[in-house]
Amino acid sequence: MPTETKMVEPPLLSKEEVLRYSRHLIMPEVGMEGQLKLKRARVLMIGAGGLGAPLGLYLAAAGVGHLGIVDFDVVDFTNLQRQVTFSTSDVGRPKLAAARERLLAMNPTIDIATYETRLTSQNALELFRGYDLVVDGTDNFPTRYLVNDACVLTGKRNVYGSIFRFEGQVSIFGAPEGPCYRCLYPEPPPPGLVPSCAEGGVLGVLPGIVGSIQAIETIKLILGSGDHLIGRLLLFDALGMRFRELKLKKNPDCPLCGKHPTITKLIDYEEFCGIRGEEAPIPQTQMPEITPRELKQRLDRGDDLFILDVREPHEYQICNLNGYLLPLGDLPRRVNELDSSREIVAHCRSGKRSADAVEFLRKAGFRKIWNLKGGILAWADDVDPAMPKY
Amino acid sequence: MPINVLIPTPLRPFVGKRNSVELTAPTVGEALRTLTEQFSDLRKHLYTDDGRIRSFVNVYVNDEDIRYLEKESTPLKDGDTISIVPSIAGGR
Repeated sequence: MPTETKMVEPPLLSKEEVLRYSRHLIMPEVGMEGQLKLKRARVLMIGAGGLGAPLGLYLAAAGVGHLGIVDFDVVDFTNLQRQVTFSTSDVGRPKLAAARERLLAMNPTIDIATYETRLTSQNALELFRGYDLVVDGTDNFPTRYLVNDACVLTGKRNVYGSIFRFEGQVSIFGAPEGPCYRCLYPEPPPPGLVPSCAEGGVLGVLPGIVGSIQAIETIKLILGSGDHLIGRLLLFDALGMRFRELKLKKNPDCPLCGKHPTITKLIDYEEFCGIRGEEAPIPQTQMPEITPRELKQRLDRGDDLFILDVREPHEYQICNLNGYLLPLGDLPRRVNELDSSREIVAHCRSGKRSADAVEFLRKAGFRKIWNLKGGILAWADDVDPAMPKY
Repeated sequence: MPINVLIPTPLRPFVGKRNSVELTAPTVGEALRTLTEQFSDLRKHLYTDDGRIRSFVNVYVNDEDIRYLEKESTPLKDGDTISIVPSIAGGR
């Protein structure tokens, strides 16, 4: 295997680049030397969504010479609430194509490599080896553990950011002297415990802040200036408008980056996270289901069905089936409000929360209970097109 | 020792949507026990069935991880802040 040849040093900045980056060049913290470091830098972004959008924009603007972006998703209408690289006209296009276009429009002097693929244990190591740093802007636990492990195994620092509703976290993992993600969280939460953005919601501008902080840390690492977030977990609470910081230590017993590592290669991360790291399909076996069309037929026939709506009150206000509102989180406490002698159809937005409700109620002894397959979204698609979807 | 426990967003539904709870306890373990006695729904999110703090939840006193202090026996003093920091994955 040939050793990597040293890249030919690019020429000093062109006249246009000097003008473009003048606001960087006049600062001693960057200067010509710093700008050249940015130009030579190779940064791999995992994810071109909420975090990836501001990240990509600011790294491109700053003149990071070689950006790689990994994403296999397509721009969705609901992304436009926060993924600021995309326009309405991009809906339906692959995110990479749209992002690449937007970033190059801002800065045509940089190289952007796109990897329209899912990051897996089969491709991660090879991919990471071609870059200096990795920035984690993904949205699920299996990928976060994969990114972390691949970074430690290839010796790349991982600028980590994550968000939930109104809160964000930023840190840098994978530095040789610092902790890795597993030092902080040796194990993922059980599936379904922490909702994704689709289920839990997110304040649109939050990834804008967190992704921008990731961009700042990336640039500082490239420049070698300032105090970075290695060994520090930055917590941002948008509602309280507070930044806090916690100390992160390298765990000497970390199975990946500790003194006696037991993890020396990438594993099956879906299995590690109990499969449901992100939004998983409801297991088809054993879940009693009714489709929206079937439900409509039964209701029209006059069947005495009890519609149980396990969503939150603010969702009920958007649209509802006139169901009995009992949010999923309250179910254990309020289960005695339900009559197990009646036939109950549970629904939520897309069918996942209501599946949890059905499982819970069956364990509690309810026998005449069904899950509305696809939730109120499917009802809007198949039965009532006038119903708003969200 | 009156202290403040900061509740992260994912766990706020289980404490009546509060973002912090004030209580009095001599150690971290006692503080968390008092918290889960007051808010029993919180229990399964913080503790496993056999009573250990879940590994995807980290607990800090001020800015130090209790795993590197005295874990649940870490003593508390007036005005200390306990932070509960669960792993979150959102990025899109």
